[in-house]
Amino acid sequence: MRYSGFRLFAEALRGNTGWKPAWRDPPPKRSYDVIIIGGGGHGLATAYYLAKEHGITNVAVLEKGPIGLGNTGRNTTIVRSNYLLPQNHFFYEKALSLWEGLEQDLNYNAMVSQRGVINLFHAEGARNAAVRRGNAMRLDGIDADLLDKEQIRAMCPLIDVDNARFPVLGGLMQRRGGTARHDAVAWGFARAADLRGVDIIQHCEVTGIDVEGGRVTGVQTSRGPIKANKVGLAVAGNTSRLAQMAGFDVPIESHVLQAFVSEGVKPLVDQVITFGAGHFYISQSDKGGLVFGGGLDGWNTYAQRGNLPVVDHVWSAGVAMMPSLSRLRGLRQWGGVMDMSFDGSPIIGKTPINGLYMTAGWCYGGFKATPGSGWCHAWTIANDAPHKLNEAHRLDRFRTGHLLDERGNGPYPWMQ
Amino acid sequence: MIRIDCPWCGKRDEVEFTYRGDATVVRPEAGAPEEAFHDFVYKRANPRGWHVEWWYHGAGCRQFLKVVRHTMTHEVRSVVRATETPEVPAE
Ligand SMILES: Cc1cc2nc3c(=O)[nH]c(=O)nc-3n(C[C@H](O)[C@H](O)[C@H](O)COP(=O)(O)OP(=O)(O)OC[C@H]3O[C@@H](n4cnc5c(N)ncnc54)[C@H](O)[C@@H]3O)c2cc1C
Ligand SMILES: [Zn+2]
Repeated sequence: MRYSGFRLFAEALRGNTGWKPAWRDPPPKRSYDVIIIGGGGHGLATAYYLAKEHGITNVAVLEKGPIGLGNTGRNTTIVRSNYLLPQNHFFYEKALSLWEGLEQDLNYNAMVSQRGVINLFHAEGARNAAVRRGNAMRLDGIDADLLDKEQIRAMCPLIDVDNARFPVLGGLMQRRGGTARHDAVAWGFARAADLRGVDIIQHCEVTGIDVEGGRVTGVQTSRGPIKANKVGLAVAGNTSRLAQMAGFDVPIESHVLQAFVSEGVKPLVDQVITFGAGHFYISQSDKGGLVFGGGLDGWNTYAQRGNLPVVDHVWSAGVAMMPSLSRLRGLRQWGGVMDMSFDGSPIIGKTPINGLYMTAGWCYGGFKATPGSGWCHAWTIANDAPHKLNEAHRLDRFRTGHLLDERGNGPYPWMQ
Repeated sequence: MIRIDCPWCGKRDEVEFTYRGDATVVRPEAGAPEEAFHDFVYKRANPRGWHVEWWYHGAGCRQFLKVVRHTMTHEVRSVVRATETPEVPAE
């Protein structure tokens, strides 16, 4: 069923009796050409692009719960490609260009909103770093604008640009950045993949990965064994556990990141704004709630819940940047388990096991990557070799020393 | 909020400490092969369960401590001095 304005209108007149489930609920087959583990945005996008770009449709996505309830359904939905390193900004720019055509491609309203992303800076050194990053982007054809203090004041009247301790000197803006609707991204990819023949199998937990002679042959699941020629991992914070099922360790630790939503108010924040003097970023959802977050809680955890010291930090940083926030009540707060890599950049590519591939190490920036991650992961699976966009994001870069340490933080996952 | 029972200072809130990661990895000898250094820097078990980890008590005694903590429940089972080897529960 194609979705359209006309269909919506027609269904409204028919009491909405004509809608069908957006994807099938098939029982797992005994074997597939490709199995993707993890029904978040990355797994679903991988399956979609396998079918669309490479004609591989005998594919299953195995998800232990309902799709899209992992980090995909828990994130603050910021979409951008404003990275310093060329390997990263070319990859994220591919993702951003896919976002720009995504809704037509999927025939699904993912509420992609290019409202602009502004990174504030408050010190000379931070301004230099922003100028350098902006120039690196512009040299490669990606949009970046340097804003001064008065432009920030005019665009974002609620920002305390004259803050005595952290005065705003300006900001680096990517106008094509913005937000998208997290659930709709998972559902849109699921529906579009299903239409091309992909089986989306929910409530099917992978409990083992079968390897024979260094080659993957299938998986063990809570719904029985399933054979496959190739398997792709897209399990975010559970990557270490799945890799261990196949017999190897990955340079990833699991850490919790929290998100917050305030009560709904009239339009207050028109862009995505990030604070440069503490961990804080904010945007406003179409329902009116302010959606914001900060940094990691800072120690290894697999629990999808946040802890009070970071609640305190995030709200304090928010009030320092935008004092009127103190007048709003928090409505909801939750946590998601991040796959933190050791250099802060993702890992998309082959693994030590033949026929086993992975997309992981997304830290807290993987939502924006969703279509690009799926696209590159699908390419890598179909060709048994990385695309040039994800060539640098290989797993063995940690052995060869070719790190992608965007911020120069060193090998500390909780500091990325 | 995690509370850590520092052997020097007593029970304190986590905000007094700085996390320093997995305390089970050991720096190889200077002449060890590259592989050993790769594993030391990048290879982690990242368990869902008991984790032995470094915490630095910056706002207290300024000692490094080894903490045994569960990564699902966040329960702190034991805290010992840097030179000691804590007991890690099987489950
Ligand atoms: C609070 C928060 C804020 C964030 N903000 C942003 C942001 O503003 N911008 C941005 O770009 N990114 C952000 N991120 C990061 C982003 O959400 C993730 O990187 C991205 O959504 C990950 O997608 P995924 O498909 O890899 O993971 P997930 O959506 O987590 O999907 C993985 C799936 O694997 C399943 N799974 C795990 N183990 C198994 C198993 N054994 N068998 C079967 N299935 C299994 C899980 O149930 C899960 O559904 C944020 C994350 C959080 C938590
Ligand atoms: Zn102490």
